[in-house]
Amino acid sequence: MSHSQTRLSLREVDHVARLARLDLEPDERERLALQLGLVLEYVGRLAEVDLEGVEPTIQARTNVFREDQPAPTLSPEVALANAPARQGDYFRIPRILEED
Amino acid sequence: MHRLAAHQLLPRLRHRQLRARDLLEQALGRIDRLEPTLHAFLNLQADQARAQADRIDAELDAGRDPGPLAGLPVALKDNLCLQGMPTTCGSRILETFVPPYDATVVRRLQAAGAIVVGKTNLDEFAMGSSTENSAFGPTRNPWDPGRVPGGSSGGSAVAVAAGMVPLALGSDTGGSIRQPAAFCGVSGMKPTYGRVSRHGLVAFASSLDQVGPLARDARDCALLLGILAGHDPLDSTCEDRPVPDYQALLERGVEGLRLGIPRAFLQGLEPEMLASFEEATGALVGCGARLVDVELPHLEYALPAYYILAPAEASSNLARFDGVRYGLRVSGPDVAAMMRRTRAAGFGAEVKRRIVLGTYTLSAGYHEAYYSRAQKVRSVVSRDFQEALARVDLLVLPTTPIPAFPLGEKTADPLDMYLSDVYTVGVNLAGLPGLSVPMAPVQGMPAGLQVIGRAWDEARVLACGQALQSVRQYHLALPQSGLLGGGKA
Repeated sequence: MSHSQTRLSLREVDHVARLARLDLEPDERERLALQLGLVLEYVGRLAEVDLEGVEPTIQARTNVFREDQPAPTLSPEVALANAPARQGDYFRIPRILEED
Repeated sequence: MHRLAAHQLLPRLRHRQLRARDLLEQALGRIDRLEPTLHAFLNLQADQARAQADRIDAELDAGRDPGPLAGLPVALKDNLCLQGMPTTCGSRILETFVPPYDATVVRRLQAAGAIVVGKTNLDEFAMGSSTENSAFGPTRNPWDPGRVPGGSSGGSAVAVAAGMVPLALGSDTGGSIRQPAAFCGVSGMKPTYGRVSRHGLVAFASSLDQVGPLARDARDCALLLGILAGHDPLDSTCEDRPVPDYQALLERGVEGLRLGIPRAFLQGLEPEMLASFEEATGALVGCGARLVDVELPHLEYALPAYYILAPAEASSNLARFDGVRYGLRVSGPDVAAMMRRTRAAGFGAEVKRRIVLGTYTLSAGYHEAYYSRAQKVRSVVSRDFQEALARVDLLVLPTTPIPAFPLGEKTADPLDMYLSDVYTVGVNLAGLPGLSVPMAPVQGMPAGLQVIGRAWDEARVLACGQALQSVRQYHLALPQSGLLGGGKA
């Protein structure tokens, strides 16, 4: 199969990048369309496996529960120490516009 | 001193033939000489380490016991949180992030008296097999600085291999401890999923990630795993099970054990790697083990399943890096633009590739065909391992199909890079313990024998590594310092 047949469309790349909140440069879009096409072709061989009646592994092992008890936690000062921008005891972000 | 394993250094420290401060100064001196060539570290804390070493010396002088690792310098992969020192994950997006708490494994190391000297280089967010994906430049292999050290825990493997520190921590999602251990000629273990806490490990693929030891030999892996292992209420996957005394069980040997070889999976292996593997398994037969061919019919599908599941989990885990609470922020007119620009500027090429791939396979219309299918393949791969390990005591494989490759050789072809994990990822999918120990060199470079055990049976896996190291000396070989431009060492 040639590269041109296995590549993703730029529209698909743009759609997924938007879902992932990721701006892409033009050359990154091109490269991802090609490379992801090849990776998807490779992982597509999973279609060969007979999975009739097989349950998916949705969890590696088991949940380990503990009592839900109050305990000391980080102070606002410590929790905000890495904040790129803050206002009082809040993380400050740009305004939220409605997206289409 | 840099040739000695932790278990050889400890009695010298305890009997005061060696001072923790002197050992630390030698480690720091060696790091200083070799770092310009190797770049194993992203951050050092010499002064804090010196203060800690002096404290350990004072306690030992006073006849007190500062813990089972007292005075040993250790290195941490830079995706493990150490309070007060940046945790970058090899990424621009976390370049300025200083964690407000210690990872549980770091707390346990410190409580045992170990001295953290610094944080080691890695592929960005542990995504890679060569440490070339670090935003802060690659690490080089001490056996040949023109070659990669493997990855993603390449810095930790090199720090041990070059004799900078006797012990280091790594993390392993698809082979990221075992593959660099093999490439650098050291021993490294991925424990059973759930054996070691991940609290304070920056998450990559949460259903696969485990923290584990890198060390000079199997005995030191046993020593370090004994400190790391055990229940932690802060990680809800970390199970409350007794932790065996791994060191006490180390000399059990392999007499009478059945070692399974998935023979079909070795087809096409380079003759020199196959010969090295057969020499190592032959040595284990000499120790009383019996080799049994086993079938793992779905093992060939482990790698494609992994490259759906791991990026899917990564795309979700890395959503937290959005410029709001920590790390880089690139401003924008609204919050969505700020996030898109921050992530565009902060993530490197491989991380973007996996985020986009993972988002794609989870997106509407593709979820069933890719993600759900891969989860089912994971089930059949796990079942294969369980059935094989019901017939045999351990499985053995080469850790990697090829030895360390030249820098730059695979960076342009992601798929080719992914293939270097072909022998390791199945163990992560099945959640089993796996150890890599050095076997005979291939192309003049180190190679690794991988020993895989039943869940929770690290003790037997380590005993098998120890059995090999009691009859072969590959683990004692050290790279020549002359090659490293380090002069006298």
